Amino acid sequence: MNKIKTIVRKEWAEVFKNRMVIFTVAFLPILMTVIPLGIIYGTHGTAGTKAGNSTSNELPPEMAQSMCPGELSSLDCLQVFMVSEFMMLFMLVPIAIPVTIAAYSIVGEKTTRSLEPLLATPVTTTELLIGKCLAAVIPAVLATYTAFGVFALGSWIIVANKILLTALLAPRWLIAIFLVGPLLAVMAVTFALMISSRVNDPRVAEQVSMVVILPVLVGFFGQVAGLFVLNTQIITIVALVMLVLDVLLLYLTTRVFQREQILTRWK
Amino acid sequence: MIHTENLTKKFGELMAVESLSLDVAEGEVFGFLGPNGAGKTTTVRMLTSLIGPAAGMATVAGFTIGQQDTEIRRTVGVLTETPGMYDNLSAEYNLRIFAELYEVKDVKGQIEKYLKMLGLYERRLDAAGTFSKGMKQKLAIARALLHEPRVLFLDEPTAGLDPEAAHLVREFIAELKKEGRTIFLCTHNLDEADHLCDRIGVFKSHLLVVDTPANLRASVFGRKVVFHLRLADEKIASAIRSLEFARDVRIMENRVVVSLDNPEIQNPEVVRVLVNAGADIQFVGELRHSLEDVYLQLVKGV
Repeated sequence: MNKIKTIVRKEWAEVFKNRMVIFTVAFLPILMTVIPLGIIYGTHGTAGTKAGNSTSNELPPEMAQSMCPGELSSLDCLQVFMVSEFMMLFMLVPIAIPVTIAAYSIVGEKTTRSLEPLLATPVTTTELLIGKCLAAVIPAVLATYTAFGVFALGSWIIVANKILLTALLAPRWLIAIFLVGPLLAVMAVTFALMISSRVNDPRVAEQVSMVVILPVLVGFFGQVAGLFVLNTQIITIVALVMLVLDVLLLYLTTRVFQREQILTRWK
Repeated sequence: MIHTENLTKKFGELMAVESLSLDVAEGEVFGFLGPNGAGKTTTVRMLTSLIGPAAGMATVAGFTIGQQDTEIRRTVGVLTETPGMYDNLSAEYNLRIFAELYEVKDVKGQIEKYLKMLGLYERRLDAAGTFSKGMKQKLAIARALLHEPRVLFLDEPTAGLDPEAAHLVREFIAELKKEGRTIFLCTHNLDEADHLCDRIGVFKSHLLVVDTPANLRASVFGRKVVFHLRLADEKIASAIRSLEFARDVRIMENRVVVSLDNPEIQNPEVVRVLVNAGADIQFVGELRHSLEDVYLQLVKGV
């Protein structure tokens, strides 16, 4: 456990000395908080018709029924829909931030030649990978939670309509942020670590690792296209699938991390 | 302290290390010499449990590689061929990371001890990236010693250093030798090996020879004694040739060079013969071949 702590502190000390990394970590959550708040602020307080009437002309009926309680106006409902879409994009935060950190984590040590002395210590592969994983996941989860907290607070300040506020902070989004978010971060990090241990160039590691944003984009575009509506049930299923996937990826990452190959293949 | 039996490593079709069998005693400084690509670093990696052998076995400090890897890593210190540092972090923090990973009890004390010993204490808070190559090398040596390893593997410790820095590192290794540590030294610097090592192994995929530097010289070139005379001529050379044990007697200007098996016993007799032959002896000395000559002779044509 102490070695894991040492690895985490080492990673953070290194990563957060780099201003560009701090910028990367901070930029996306800020963007993903400011834009939906801007939408709410720009459209709040506008009177509209009941959802049961004209909303159905603007949103697919299933979507309107799932997202908007009957008391909401069509405009409020549209607002909920737009923010919901942004909330899907918000799920990029726990993926994009740790990928930036994790993708560099091993290949970076290869290029600076600091990996071999590290591997020569009594640290086990599991300790090393858990340390590197936590070092990337924790900032991402904290950034996600903080950004969501700011969004919730901002929504509370801006929106007078309690029903709208309840819809915006629906359980499905709370599950998504507080449960799926960390699980997504672990998935992104384990995948990035796997890539990072198999390539020789940090740029390749980062580019390939960004593939993990695809599931979120599928969710975003699927919902935009009206193929499905992410409700509490689907989000819970997603969380369970992610949990299984994370365990599998953690196992695979430790299997893929072959000290010998890592030391002898890169030049 | 280090024992290998037919230790072998292949990378695909390439035989990197072939049937290496050697023993290094506790407290010995063992020089491991060989050309680039000979397999020295691969051997060090196997002996420090970084990579596994394809065949054979080895024990380091009583632990078997491939079976007790964590114990081996805990027991040995390694200065890798190109020891990278965390350049953004201070020298002290670089050492702290490794002290914690090696489970050093007195982290602060050990860091201070080695930073002071290697003359880096005043720069302890500076980022390692601001250090010169020599300072980084010293920092890497400190890193390898923090946990007081019983066995130390040094892979090219003075490579690329300026003469002053190299001298400092060599002096430090000599100090470690006095402390009784077992040191496995890979080097291309034959003078360094000559001065520091108790025994030397010349290696090129497989072990060509292992012996003390003096014995290596003797076995390759024999022992030659030079007699500096006021005047050397053929009459004097003939007088020496009359001695049964004197071989390969040559005159080089005013010097007579003689191959002897045991100069300590045979020199007085040669001196007597020379004096009786009327030679005026100015100096007597042993012709010392450099280890480089020995090394080149050994690896030539292999």
